[in-house]
Amino acid sequence: MGEAIAFYFISACILGFALLVITTRDTVHSVLFLVADFLFVAALYVLLGAQFLAAIQILVYAGGIVVLYLFVVMLVNLKRPPEAHSDPHRLTKLGIGMSAAVLLELGAIAVYSSRLPATPVAPGAAMPVTGNTEQVGWLLYTSYLIPFEIASMLLLVAMIGAIVLAKREL
Amino acid sequence: MIDTFVIPLLKILIVLNATLVAVTYMVLLERKVIAWAQSRLGPMRVGPYGVLQPVADAIKLMIKEDITPVRADKWVFTAAPIISMVPALIVYAVIPFGPVVNLFGRQVSLYITDINVGLLYIVSVASVGVYGIILAGYASNSKFPLLASLRASAQLISYEVAVTLTLVSVILMSGSLSMVSIVRAQESSGVWYVFVQPVAFVIFVIGSLAETNRAPFDMPEAEQELTGGFHTEYSGMRFALFFLAEYANMIVVSSVATTLFLGGWLRPFPGVAALGFLDIIPSWTWFLIKSFLFLYFFIWIRATLPRYRYDQLMRLGWKMLIPLAIANLVVTGIVKVLLS
Repeated sequence: MGEAIAFYFISACILGFALLVITTRDTVHSVLFLVADFLFVAALYVLLGAQFLAAIQILVYAGGIVVLYLFVVMLVNLKRPPEAHSDPHRLTKLGIGMSAAVLLELGAIAVYSSRLPATPVAPGAAMPVTGNTEQVGWLLYTSYLIPFEIASMLLLVAMIGAIVLAKREL
Repeated sequence: MIDTFVIPLLKILIVLNATLVAVTYMVLLERKVIAWAQSRLGPMRVGPYGVLQPVADAIKLMIKEDITPVRADKWVFTAAPIISMVPALIVYAVIPFGPVVNLFGRQVSLYITDINVGLLYIVSVASVGVYGIILAGYASNSKFPLLASLRASAQLISYEVAVTLTLVSVILMSGSLSMVSIVRAQESSGVWYVFVQPVAFVIFVIGSLAETNRAPFDMPEAEQELTGGFHTEYSGMRFALFFLAEYANMIVVSSVATTLFLGGWLRPFPGVAALGFLDIIPSWTWFLIKSFLFLYFFIWIRATLPRYRYDQLMRLGWKMLIPLAIANLVVTGIVKVLLS
């Protein structure tokens, strides 16, 4: 009961803040609502018993990435309202198409996961470690080693790319 | 009922109040120590030797006019001091002041909670604190605070990397993210981690000076260049909140350093049985003594060293501390694998 109330409250906050992010005119306020949104997502993770993920969510997204967003927004100074485009509906079709694609994807995931047995991947009992962090680490370095390495390669490439772009002569 | 509600609430009440009192007296201590370092007396007027100075300061700050600049972003301007203060306070939830003790016939732990991602919680909550500084500078709608807040946030983000890397090497040593388990690991290995991780400790100390905007890394508050820093436009109690947050962060940093590197509530040389008589002193007293010495060190540094230049600060952070921290981490990992 209490968990359900907490879930609906947190979900409502997440959706509410997400709406505010895209409807607010002031860019800095928009970024702030995004931070609040991330904090509530972290709360959702805590509710699911994934404390490690919650802490990482706050550390990486709220504390790291969005700070850089805020930096950029403050430096380019978007105090004035964004200029009205000659055709405000120019991206309507693209927007509807993208939203439909995401909706379709979510629906597909929902249908697919409802057909699977209750514990589809890597049952916790097989793991020699207990504890949230240890289990995440164990899974990352055994079952999901290759996806993990590919993700780190991707980050490395992004990092090198950023350096190359920022520094014209090395 | 008593165990789930009353005792935790009492603990929270005690820790919060003790922190705020400690913060105000920290300010007095700083003024006194710096005065002694400069052959002055420091505050002497309010109470004997100025011991009531914090009370006078608090009253002054509370009854001062609270000004919001006309062109400020009102909501963000109001929220910024709160965003600074709250992370600095909620971090105390996981700091272990002592082990589980027997108090009035009841087992009471001298920490509010011990979550299994304690250290990560501290790092992530502290990383949210930087918003207070950025937003204060932005919302003031004024040049100097904006410059100061850009400096402060760049400095915080840069040094956070080095500090977090040193924490990783401590986690490697202890095999746990829980603050209580880290102290227990030092107890069972019989040695404080400052002796096995001296490089990490030095990087942590330098990095924490920078993260708390303390001298010699107090560029964000360089009066000569910035007229005051990110809180130039703040007055009265809102300014006081920034002030309190800064000193509360100092206490947090020294508590974390005590827990991770100086054995937390353990007595010196916990592995040497001959020093067992030191156990007469209660465990939480050891914790407080170590934290106090660390705080004193902060003040001592401020009275001793001149301020760094901004580019020097960035070079020190990115080109020396971070590579050193990574090297330390790699060596720690290799040694750990070889020994096991």
